[in-house]
Amino acid sequence: MTNIELIKEKVFSNQRLDADDAMVLFDQAELLLLADLAGHRRKYFHPEPVVTFVSDRNINYTNVCVSGCKFCAFFRPPGHKDGYVIEPSVLDKKIEETLSLGGTQILLQGGMHPDLDLNYYISLLKHIKNKFKIHIHGFSPTEIAFLADLSSLSIKELLEQLMAAGLDSIPGGGAEILVDEIRQKISPNKCSADKWLEVMKTAHHLGLKTTATMMFGHVEDKTHIIEHWLKLRTLQDETNGFTAFIPWTFQPDNTRIHVKKTTAVEYLRVLAISRLMLDNIPNLQVSWVTQGDKIAQLGLAFGANDFGSTMMEENVVAAAGVKFRLPQSEIVRLIENAGYAARQRDCFYNVIDSKK
Amino acid sequence: MTTWSFFDNLNSVFNLIHNQSTKYLKDLREMDFILTDNQLFSIKEKVLNNVRLDADDALLLYNSNDIIGIGHLADFVRRKRHGKKAYFVYNQHLNYTNVCITHCRFCAFSRNKGQSGAFTLTIDDVRKKLLDRIDEPITEIHMVGGINPELPFEYYLDLLKTIKKIRPNVTIKAFTAVEIAHLAGISSLSLEGTIQILKDAGLEMVPGGGAEVLSSRVRDKLFPRKIGHERWLEIVAKIHSAGLTSNATMLYGHIETRKERVKHFMHLRTLQDKTNGFTAFIPLAFHSQNTLMSDIPSTTAFEDLKNIAIARLMLDNFDHIKAYWVMIGEKLAQAALSFGADDLDGTIIEEKITHMAGATSSKGLTRKKIWRMIQSAGWDPVERDSFYNEI
Repeated sequence: MTNIELIKEKVFSNQRLDADDAMVLFDQAELLLLADLAGHRRKYFHPEPVVTFVSDRNINYTNVCVSGCKFCAFFRPPGHKDGYVIEPSVLDKKIEETLSLGGTQILLQGGMHPDLDLNYYISLLKHIKNKFKIHIHGFSPTEIAFLADLSSLSIKELLEQLMAAGLDSIPGGGAEILVDEIRQKISPNKCSADKWLEVMKTAHHLGLKTTATMMFGHVEDKTHIIEHWLKLRTLQDETNGFTAFIPWTFQPDNTRIHVKKTTAVEYLRVLAISRLMLDNIPNLQVSWVTQGDKIAQLGLAFGANDFGSTMMEENVVAAAGVKFRLPQSEIVRLIENAGYAARQRDCFYNVIDSKK
Repeated sequence: MTTWSFFDNLNSVFNLIHNQSTKYLKDLREMDFILTDNQLFSIKEKVLNNVRLDADDALLLYNSNDIIGIGHLADFVRRKRHGKKAYFVYNQHLNYTNVCITHCRFCAFSRNKGQSGAFTLTIDDVRKKLLDRIDEPITEIHMVGGINPELPFEYYLDLLKTIKKIRPNVTIKAFTAVEIAHLAGISSLSLEGTIQILKDAGLEMVPGGGAEVLSSRVRDKLFPRKIGHERWLEIVAKIHSAGLTSNATMLYGHIETRKERVKHFMHLRTLQDKTNGFTAFIPLAFHSQNTLMSDIPSTTAFEDLKNIAIARLMLDNFDHIKAYWVMIGEKLAQAALSFGADDLDGTIIEEKITHMAGATSSKGLTRKKIWRMIQSAGWDPVERDSFYNEI
């Protein structure tokens, strides 16, 4: 039997794949075979033909950042004339709009701003929670690691304070590729892979759910992607705190990494192999922001079961030259057109709208 | 016959039998994929045994959401014909006028005479457009335009002759059946005579546009001033019998029903059985922006891929199915190579018709970019000429 045949057997008998299997899938599997296998795994997690989405808004509280990642077109260094920290009145207005449009959560992320101290973050969370009934999905591990250093707290102490102030869950950003050799090249000032995983591990142990992302298509190769998956899988075996995995492709415009854009088929392959390798993370999101509506819809046939967020506002990817917009009605249309029921969910992937 | 050559021959017969049976086994193995929709099992049997699908099969396929299963079926047929090859052509589009009296409701390109944005190229303009890119290795000129009654028949002959003069080695693929019907009307010649004189002036191939949906109902609602399907098929038959090949298209994603799409396939397949003059089929995704039907949402990936895959399965007598990246986007066109398409059309510079209807794809792709699209999807890029000869 060929390697591919062995892998098929493993998948259909729900056995775990290893790094070699992932490499064989990368190198040898036909695109549609990957869809078959990922579809099978998806059904294991989600036997019902349902695709979920969340209604939320990205709020970037600041674009000032000392990280200076080469792939980023959003940040401004401290002192830059276009740097900002969000005004409370602007923040309130954004949240009010979100709620009035049926939004249930905000994705609160910023940069590594050297002048914002712990008090700022605590007051920010408290301010929101006092005024609004909304889920705060906030601060990627990069921001948390940075703030812990800045305020001389352990990750655990910091997370406890943020949770007490209202933080509900943590987004999986800043993971990029969880291999330091790669991080050194594209985001040398961002926390190490181990640190990222440590933040997530600590969060999970404290009962905070998180997602995990992967930004690929820059200077990494397949082995790094596989390493990324395995690190997440190992941690998930221990904590079971990841709700979802969201791979997306690097967008080279306006950045300082000059590579060719990852193509749609390359994205679909990674999406499908993600579904196969991450056999302990229940949800897989398509990235319509980077792929557009068509490949996002097709991604539902490649293992994904979640359409991500309606993103009433998105600034980071838009700054890198990609501006796909999708109203909620359009997300629902795309899901239904692919033969699934569309269901709005909360941050924990519970369906909240039974009407649709 | 010497003893040796006798054995040689015997050997080759054995080899042939062996190869055939291995090939059959290989086919079987390649068909070892999952259909999540049980309804498609009978179709899989037919496809595997090379049995022609009928209209009911096509409807079953359209009504199924098993896009991957449908893709596998189409991919099986595609690979039998073309292996891992994926074709493209280095071409140039020329739209000689957008002045048009047919006023199709789905069109964002056409203008009335004198309306702002209306244009008609002079022969000099055409010469200039060709000379602008004379250093590029273009092998095909794709030229279509509106039905502009002010242009005399001589103009069209001049277009062809000018192209041939400046670029003697390109293939001119020009004038849809709709334009040819109009030209027959103004040439004071018969249809056959008109085609012959166009051919003499340099016309070598006819593009597939103007078919829209081969249905009287759709025509009455969307393009009543354009020729109907009987006439379209009659003209294409004449084009083929004059020794010219042509393509065929289908504009989908507006008001047409699935049944009407299937009927469209049947019309094309029947004609192709008679003439064998069609080279490629190109499903065209409707873009509504700036048209009179701008409330119609854009086609989805599932619909686009179904139209490609079902075309591959139904049009069993067509050599090629194109994923026209201008209309479905570069990303989906690349994926479509695994759903039955074997051709990405061309590099194209200055695509106008779909972009005026809001297409967000690039206006042109470089050869390098198309090459990478194909290769990074695991296919072998083949640059071709209009007749699918490899370059």
